[in-house]
Amino acid sequence: MSSPFRARAVGMRLFPGEGRGPAVRPVPLGPGLRRGTTLLALLLALPACDREQRDMAGQPKAETKSFVTSGDPRSAEYENNAFHIAQGQKWYGWFNCSGCHFHGGGGMGPPLMDEQWIYGGRMEDIVASILYGRPNGMPDWHDKITEQQAWELAAYVKSLSAQPRQDALSARADEMSNSEPQTLQGRKKVVPENMAPPGSEDR
Amino acid sequence: MIRRVALLPLLAAPAGCGGLQTIGGREGRDAAIINDLFTIFCIVTALFFVAVMAFLFAAYWRRKGHRRDGMPDPLEVPARTGALRIALAVWTGAVVAGLVGLALASYFTDRSLAYPNPGNRPVVSIELIGNQWWWDVRYHFQDPSKNFRTANELHLPAGSPAMVYLKANDVIHSFWVPNLAGKQDLIPGRVNDIVLLPTKVGHYRGQCAEYCGLQHAHMALDVIVDSPQDFARWMESQSRPATTPATPRQIAGYDFFMNRQCSSCHAVAGTRAGAGVGPDLTHLMSRKTIAAGTLPNGTGPLHAWIADPQGVKPGTNMPYIGLNADELHNVVAYLESLK
Repeated sequence: MSSPFRARAVGMRLFPGEGRGPAVRPVPLGPGLRRGTTLLALLLALPACDREQRDMAGQPKAETKSFVTSGDPRSAEYENNAFHIAQGQKWYGWFNCSGCHFHGGGGMGPPLMDEQWIYGGRMEDIVASILYGRPNGMPDWHDKITEQQAWELAAYVKSLSAQPRQDALSARADEMSNSEPQTLQGRKKVVPENMAPPGSEDR
Repeated sequence: MIRRVALLPLLAAPAGCGGLQTIGGREGRDAAIINDLFTIFCIVTALFFVAVMAFLFAAYWRRKGHRRDGMPDPLEVPARTGALRIALAVWTGAVVAGLVGLALASYFTDRSLAYPNPGNRPVVSIELIGNQWWWDVRYHFQDPSKNFRTANELHLPAGSPAMVYLKANDVIHSFWVPNLAGKQDLIPGRVNDIVLLPTKVGHYRGQCAEYCGLQHAHMALDVIVDSPQDFARWMESQSRPATTPATPRQIAGYDFFMNRQCSSCHAVAGTRAGAGVGPDLTHLMSRKTIAAGTLPNGTGPLHAWIADPQGVKPGTNMPYIGLNADELHNVVAYLESLK
């Protein structure tokens, strides 16, 4: 089934009555190929399954008071999930992140939609920035929001620079905006190691 | 037997009428007007239906010109008698009169609905904001210092019109208190309005009438129509700031509320908590229900709701905080002092 000739022959079979090609004995679509096509369709559908996965009605998520460490398994879970990114966008407005960071362009606080990360651009770094604060003005939020909300906020903040999976990004901004939806913005390079050297944090 | 069982729901249906939330209600001016129109339509169309059926059966029983095999004879034309001609004229006249009558009734209903405050009486001005999945209620007065906010409970004075400005924060909702008036949508980014003129003191129920997400069904609104004196008393009590915590438990709960997650979303007038994304809790214990009609208000339901909101109302924006038993009791003790 995998030989190119066989595949071409199958292609011929799909356009009968053309008459111009060489006389090929029509190859009936075997059950194996049909099963293969179904499997392929299922495989193609699979990546779309987890993009909106959410856990609300199930077990309540316990607050873990551990310090966020690198390689946290939650980072992949939240970063590429459309539901969590959308929730993060809502919290971003609710908890007035735009008061300092505006809608990603930065103001009193640094911009969030570029690829410059003062304190690291991994999910864990962003969550740590949100939960425990940073010098030069970023307040700590660990008593004001839940840890889940911090992860969702981080997922949204990362999505501002179009880094998560394209199919998880929001195609619609909740706030007034004249920029293109995130799905149409180009992907930006992530350089998590590219932490600013000490002294350059004067923004 | 089966047919009789099938009739049972029909018999039970009228039992749904009357009470907190019914489309047959006449406790508001609009609802009464629309009900009158509905009654007129029902009676007129029922009369015509009966007349049409009567003619049909009469024609069937009085048919003429049978062939021997029972089929009608196309060649035989029944004689047009004078009586039939008169009947036809009367029938045509009745149809025209009926249609004109219904059109007029509809027109006048529409006109009276279009002028909801004929005498230009003073109105109560209310801003009603739909959220997933609760109602933010704001009362506005000439003197802005009297303005106050509450949630999921609308108080109206009987006999005076209330101007309700309808807004939405996230998705389209629909405001519907069937006992008082028809539906009106709440649309993000624009302001709709509806004038309610309740005529009878009582407790009614409103419900979001536009599917708005997971907990659409748990988006109810208690509507309480008070006598003008009771309404004035209620207004006065609502515009007061919250009581200060007194017992040690209440004070501990107050501290938790102000310094932790609660105050990020909720507001309590007269304290540091001033966030606007969750329901205002200044006079929480004056309300009949919590979580937009999901649970009755009280010690037990408050514990359940705060301990695990996602278990009570999956998908709600109130997060699971993870309070320990002491913190939970303290917070509930503080909330219960907010009378």
